[in-house]
Amino acid sequence: MLRGKAFKFGDSISTDHIIPGRFAHLRSNLPELAKHVLEDADPTFVSRVKEGDFIVTGSNFGLGSSREHAPMVIKMAGVKAILAKSVARIFFRNAINLGLPVLICDTDRINDGDELEINLGAGTIRDITSGDRFTSGKIPEVMLRILDEGGLIPYIQKYGDFKL
Amino acid sequence: MGKTLAEKILSEKSGSAARAGDIVIAGVDLVFIQDTTGPLTVKQFQASKFKGLTNPQKTVLFIDHAVPSPSKSLSNDHLLLHKFAQQTGAIFSGIGEGVCHQIVAESLARPGDVIVGSDSHTVTAGGMGAFATGMGSSDVAVVFGLGKTWFRVPESIKIALSGNLQKGVYAKDLILHLIGQIGADGATYKALEFGGDSLGALSVPERLTVANMAVEAGAKVGIFPADEITRDYLASQGRGDHYQPVSADTDATYEQTINIDLASLEPTISKPHTVDNTAPLRELKGTKIQQVFIGTCTNGRLEDLAIAANILKGKKIHPQTRLIVAPASRRVLLEAIDKGYIRSLIESGATILPPGCGPCLGLHQGALGDGESCLSTANRNFQGRMGNPEAFVYLGSPATAAATAIAGEITDPREVL
Repeated sequence: MLRGKAFKFGDSISTDHIIPGRFAHLRSNLPELAKHVLEDADPTFVSRVKEGDFIVTGSNFGLGSSREHAPMVIKMAGVKAILAKSVARIFFRNAINLGLPVLICDTDRINDGDELEINLGAGTIRDITSGDRFTSGKIPEVMLRILDEGGLIPYIQKYGDFKL
Repeated sequence: MGKTLAEKILSEKSGSAARAGDIVIAGVDLVFIQDTTGPLTVKQFQASKFKGLTNPQKTVLFIDHAVPSPSKSLSNDHLLLHKFAQQTGAIFSGIGEGVCHQIVAESLARPGDVIVGSDSHTVTAGGMGAFATGMGSSDVAVVFGLGKTWFRVPESIKIALSGNLQKGVYAKDLILHLIGQIGADGATYKALEFGGDSLGALSVPERLTVANMAVEAGAKVGIFPADEITRDYLASQGRGDHYQPVSADTDATYEQTINIDLASLEPTISKPHTVDNTAPLRELKGTKIQQVFIGTCTNGRLEDLAIAANILKGKKIHPQTRLIVAPASRRVLLEAIDKGYIRSLIESGATILPPGCGPCLGLHQGALGDGESCLSTANRNFQGRMGNPEAFVYLGSPATAAATAIAGEITDPREVL
């Protein structure tokens, strides 16, 4: 069970919003890179987000580049899950590969700052602030297995191959 | 029941009857990284405890995003990739060679291949009949070690092309039009498969431009059949032996078919700050532009430089506008020199950059000032894309870019052709 605060973002948050190319020189210095997470979408986010919080966003989150640094800096900021109406293909796979869950649900029902409780296994979300309860779409089986191991690299360390 | 191009290639490479929606494990024929996503790939590869690369001669490390390096941290990233190549036997493509997707098209991609790269524009090679897609560093690290990866076989949307492009209208206008029509998530998780009676009207470089931007509609791949035009292109690059015809079955099942009459298209612009925010150029005529950028994996090929140089030859760019040109590869640069395009561009006032990606993603070179607007032939215009969240990026064809550079404002290329 995860519990934290919702940080709400709009539609079409690209990987350039999450971590723009002008910070490419920091990609091998992840703690410094992480200080700029989502800076172009909300410059106050990085100073306000706390361990255990959630990103709640609209459609097509993470569109654009294949940079895995995008979900990586989100994870480093302490975010435990991303809730979105829809998510771009490469970002989705990258997030799961890093052990960062992405839940597809009707995020219009959640307000910025709401306290949420998420049961990942059951795919259920409780908005403690509003009292609303709802369920998320299922993560595909193959991705669930990777997520269960904490990501792709731990999965490969354990199995040495794809065991789908 | 027949198969789409995606189903056909994934069936062949997975040894199974792959159908849309299936999860398959497919062999990867070519895998590559570049200098901004590569160092993390190496780190994940090492963490996975693989003994070595499955196929070093089909593993390529490109230095193209930060060339020449603008900082010691990026130089150290380059060093890391260079050492990794020496240790593993991977192919190393250093500064000045060019943009990964262009070199893949010139020298490496074969019709029917499965190609994976740690760059979203890996889809470019779909223009040659390859199933080519971008992935993150962890996925690519595992391809390095295992020579294969898992795919969800995509549903396919068929784009049926008819008619012929009018003068002043190009492949770039076609793909911008399509993305504007279906939206930035209009093909998410899916394949965009191009076909129809007018395929023969598009050269391989034009197909590469179209396939390159499939990811801007969310697509996993943008794929063309491999036909006589592909064969002739491969032969012109000195590798005719890499050709094999690849086509979808006539009774393949498509989720949807979108018909586009090429003759109905007009010069098209993608406005800030999303690629699907398109409009006919005529609605934006007169928009002041401080910088024009011609280059990238989308439109930095010889044919693109030829179009721009022919418009700019004997003319001067507007005094309030900068023109930056980055040829997509060393081969493109050399041929553009031989044909006089580079001279025409420089004489018109252009600044020539070494082959590479820098300005497109705002990494270095050509960063915009506050409130400035750029007309770019690249593929993305997200806020902050060209180094400054307070700037604006418009996307258009090389002809639109050249006409705009002369006038200092967005200009219909048909006025100068």
